Amino acid sequence: MTAPLLSAQGLCKRFGAIAACRDVSFELNEGEALTIVGESGSGKTTLLNLIGGALAADAGEVVYRLRDGTARALSSLTEAERRALMRTDWGFVHQDAARGLRMGVSAGGNIGERLMALGDRHYGRIRENALEWLARVEIAATRVDDPPTTYSGGMRQRLQIARNLVTRPRLVFMDEPTGGLDVSVQARLLDLMRGLIADMGLAVVLVTHDLAVARLLSHRMLVMKGGEVVESGLTDRVLDDPQAPYTQLLVSSVLAA
Amino acid sequence: MNALHANELLRVEGLSKTFTLHLHGGARLPVLHGVSFTVAAGECVVLAGPSGVGKSSILKMALGNYLVGEGRILVADGERVIDLARADAREILDARRRIIGYVSQFLRVIPRIGAIDIVAAAAQESGLDRAAARERAASLLARLGLPERLWSLPPATFSGGEQQRVNIARGFAGRHRLLILDEPTASLDAANRQAVIDLIAERKARGTGFLATFHDEDVRLRVADRVVDVSRFSDREAA
Repeated sequence: MTAPLLSAQGLCKRFGAIAACRDVSFELNEGEALTIVGESGSGKTTLLNLIGGALAADAGEVVYRLRDGTARALSSLTEAERRALMRTDWGFVHQDAARGLRMGVSAGGNIGERLMALGDRHYGRIRENALEWLARVEIAATRVDDPPTTYSGGMRQRLQIARNLVTRPRLVFMDEPTGGLDVSVQARLLDLMRGLIADMGLAVVLVTHDLAVARLLSHRMLVMKGGEVVESGLTDRVLDDPQAPYTQLLVSSVLAA
Repeated sequence: MNALHANELLRVEGLSKTFTLHLHGGARLPVLHGVSFTVAAGECVVLAGPSGVGKSSILKMALGNYLVGEGRILVADGERVIDLARADAREILDARRRIIGYVSQFLRVIPRIGAIDIVAAAAQESGLDRAAARERAASLLARLGLPERLWSLPPATFSGGEQQRVNIARGFAGRHRLLILDEPTASLDAANRQAVIDLIAERKARGTGFLATFHDEDVRLRVADRVVDVSRFSDREAA
């Protein structure tokens, strides 16, 4: 058996008196999408930051299988190794596109930057790649030289996705990727993400409070409350036959997920 | 011992289901107990009983969509046997891809994806290549009488009957050995009901087993090899 792509073991994090993450464990493989749901303050963003290496855990460990097949604890990586991982094998799609994009740089530059970070210096090839990815995320080639400040919210999210996927990462973290968008724009984005996840066999860790998004995009779910995982399992099982009191409350609070 | 008799695709043993309603003072709502039956290759077993008796709950447990209280759901996987009542999320997803197909009562619409692509995707998931999957999708939609001009359109704006035919085509597109049908013909006219009956008969002849509920008596009589009366397992007063 090969090691899982990502494995979180007993993750804990406190902020002063508040336990933001208590003993969370899970495993993820290529092609699997996992959603973390819960209300604001439930600890889901803390968990995402712990897994993504943006926060150091008080206890527990995240182990990742690198492209060369070795499984390494993230805490054992050198800073250079961690940066390389984040630039190539991982992607981050933020709710606020301004956090994931360079707002003053052209769309083509935003996509090309990650390729250049990998050492590609061939301008023609980088531009060709950028145009190909703009097409894949349904942005007109005529907008390649415009900066994202001139883009709509939905277009910015699609550009963020293109910027991340151009290096063919194996794992993508998404934090409320459809938050704040109009419903019609959300549907287009979700559909695009669904297709890309399936085509590229991506592993995805998705944080959302939108249960319909979780149902559409993910295979498995963790439900968090007060820093703890109160329920986990197959997404449609958790949504259709919730067991924990908190999950029942979440599911019954929305119209139709 | 996890064992199936020769030719059995599914063996349900001593299945029970109770819902606990935490938002209503932790009220316990027993639905089913002692559910036991089998489905053999090439056989169509129909669950019958009044509305609310727990037919759909059995189908949902057999799909891993509802958690099982007690009991076992043994499913044949080649030489292996899987107990779906104990399987984890990955095993259930794998079983749904390869072994157990499903036609729900309503199509859960996926935004922007055309009808033929929805059906072809299901065929591809079960192992057909792209071209073969598309061909299979087209032939199923044609047999179910969905007008060709609708094939490339997303089903969101289709009528209930048209959506349901896309749903049925999707369920039959794969190569599952066991198909679970939840009132698949409820919104269909006579001609399309007949098309579904024919599809079931063909798949039965090739060894596919069916576990189904049907709204109308007529379809039930024509496809069922055996009828299991769910009321004898039910904890509810018939509605």
